Amino acid sequence: MLSLDHVSFSRCHRPILNQVSLAIPAGEFTAILGANGAGKSTLLSLLAGELTPQHGHVRWAGQDLRELANSQLARVRAVLPQNPGLGFNLSVDEVIAMGAYPFAELSPSAVAEVIQAAQQWADVSHLTGRRYPTLSGGEQQRVQFARVLVQALAAQQAGEYRCVLLDEPTSSLDPLHQHGLLAAAQKLAQEAGIAVVAVLHDVNLAARYCSRITMLAKGSIIASGIPCDVLTPDHLQQTYQLAATVIAHPQDPKRPLVLFDC
Amino acid sequence: MCCRLLIPNWLAGLLATGVLLILLVFTASHGAVQIPLSAIPDLLLMNAPLLSDEQQFWRDVLLEIRLPRVLFAALAGGVLALAGATMQALFRNPLAEPGLIGISSGASLGAVSAIVLGGGSFAILAPAAFLGSILATALAYHLGRRYAGMAGLLLAGIAINAICGSLMGLFTYLADDNQLRSLTFWNMGSLAGATWQRLALLGPFLLLISIWIMRYWRAMNALLLGEREALHLGFAIKGLRRKLIVLVALLIGPLVAATGGIGFVGLVVPHCARMLLGADHRRLLPASFLLGAIALVLADYIARIAVVPAELPIGVVTSLIGGPFFLWLLLSRKS
Repeated sequence: MLSLDHVSFSRCHRPILNQVSLAIPAGEFTAILGANGAGKSTLLSLLAGELTPQHGHVRWAGQDLRELANSQLARVRAVLPQNPGLGFNLSVDEVIAMGAYPFAELSPSAVAEVIQAAQQWADVSHLTGRRYPTLSGGEQQRVQFARVLVQALAAQQAGEYRCVLLDEPTSSLDPLHQHGLLAAAQKLAQEAGIAVVAVLHDVNLAARYCSRITMLAKGSIIASGIPCDVLTPDHLQQTYQLAATVIAHPQDPKRPLVLFDC
Repeated sequence: MCCRLLIPNWLAGLLATGVLLILLVFTASHGAVQIPLSAIPDLLLMNAPLLSDEQQFWRDVLLEIRLPRVLFAALAGGVLALAGATMQALFRNPLAEPGLIGISSGASLGAVSAIVLGGGSFAILAPAAFLGSILATALAYHLGRRYAGMAGLLLAGIAINAICGSLMGLFTYLADDNQLRSLTFWNMGSLAGATWQRLALLGPFLLLISIWIMRYWRAMNALLLGEREALHLGFAIKGLRRKLIVLVALLIGPLVAATGGIGFVGLVVPHCARMLLGADHRRLLPASFLLGAIALVLADYIARIAVVPAELPIGVVTSLIGGPFFLWLLLSRKS
C-alpha cells in the first residue's frame, strides 16, 4: 500500500506540506480537496515519487519510495499530470500506446486488447486516427487518461496493489465527460481493485464518485474519511474559507450535497 | 497533418533504401570522369587483366575513389540526421541540433588548433577534432547539470560555443595564409578524404552506435509528452539524458573529425522526416538516418559536379540548398 508517513515538504524554505500522514488503500477512490495553494499537487507529486520529502517517508508496501527503481514503479503506478501538453506531432493511438511502454514483455495483441478497453473507458474510441495536436483541450485530457488507463490495466495480476494518481483530471472537461471520467476512475477502484487518487475542485463530484475524501488546507490535513463524515460546514469553512450548507442529496439521501452560501 | 505519408513502415523503409541504393550507383558513376552505367557490372565482375585500359581507369576511379566516397557520404548523412533527431527529442525542441551543446565548435577548435600549432596533417587533425568535441560536450554537460531540466545544458552549451568561437578567432589571427586556407576549408567540410580505410575504421563503429540510439525510441517518445510523464512511464531521466548525450557525442565527434563541419543536415532532415511520417521515434529515427544518407549523397554529388574539375565544399552545398529548401518547406506548410 502507498502511504505518506509524517511527510513535510517545503520549497525555497516556504512550507508546502506539514506533517501529513495518509494511506491510499486498494479498491478505494480517494479525492484530495483543497483551496489553491493548499498543497494538493505537491502531495500528489510526493505520492508519485517525483519529489522527495525533506522530512518523513513516502512508502510503497513498507519500503521507501526512493529505494524503488523507476522502471519497477512504472509497472504498478500510473500518473495523469495536470495540463499535459505536447509539442510534437503524434497520433492519438501513439499517445495511448505509450501506457504500455513499461510492459515490454507484452505481446502486441495483448497490448491491443488493453488499449481497446482503455479507449472505451475513456470514451476516446472515436478519436483514434486523429493527430493529438488537432484535438481540443478536453479531448487531449481524455486521451491522456486513456494512456494512464493502459498503464494501470496492462499485465495486472489479481490481488496486486496498483495505484493511479490523477491531478485535476476533469479541469478541461464538459459536465458529461467529467462524470464519464470519474465513473471510469470509480470503476477502476471498484472492479479492478486499484487505489485511485484524484485532485478535484468540485466538492459534489467528489461526493458522488469517491469513496474517501481528504481535505487539505495550508499544507495540513483537515479531515479524511468517507464523504458524509468529511463534508461538514465546519470542514468546508476551514478548507475553502467559505460558508456552506450541507444537505442530503434529493435523489440519494445517503449522499451529502454541498451548497456554498454566496 | 494532412500531408503525412500513409504507407506502412516496411514499405516506406524499403522505398527509401531502394532510392538510396539507386542514388549510390548513379552518383558513383557520375563526376569529372563519366562511367557509363552499362559498364559497371563488367567493371565489378570481370577480372582486371580482361579489361581495356579505359575500363581499368574507370574501375580504379569507381572502386578507389567514388565508391568509398558515396558510401561515406551516406554514412555521414545518416549519422548527422540521426544525431539531430536525437538532440531534438532530448531538448524537446525541433530547432535543436548537435552543435547546441558544443560538439561541433569543440571539434572545430580542436581542428583549428591542430592546423595552426601542429601542421594539420590528418593524423593530428582528426584526433584533435575528436578530442575537442568530446571535451566541449563533457564540459557543457558537467556545467549544465547544476540546473534542473535541459536549460542548464543549453546555457552551458551557448557559453562553450562562444568561448570556442573566440579561441578559434584567436587562432585565425595567429595563422599564416596557408593555415588560414586549410582551416577555412576544414570548417566548410569535405568528403574528399573518404577512403576504404577510413570507412572501415568508422563505419562499423558509427553503425553500431546508430542502432544503439535507435533502441531508445520508446524513451524519446515518452520525452515528447514531457519530462514528468517520461518519469511516470519508468524512464530515469537523468541517466537517459547522460546516455543519449554520450551516444550523440560518440557519433558526431569522430565524424566531424573526419569530414569537418557539415551544417544543416542534422537540423533539416529530421524535420522533413517528421513532416512526412509524424513524430513517433520508432519510425522517425530510422527514417532520419535514411533521408540523411540520401540528402548527403545528393549534396556531395552536387559538390563534385557543380564546378568540374574543381569541387565545392560540401558544407557550402548543404547550407546553400538546405536553407532555401527549409524555408520553402516552412512557407508551403499551411498552418
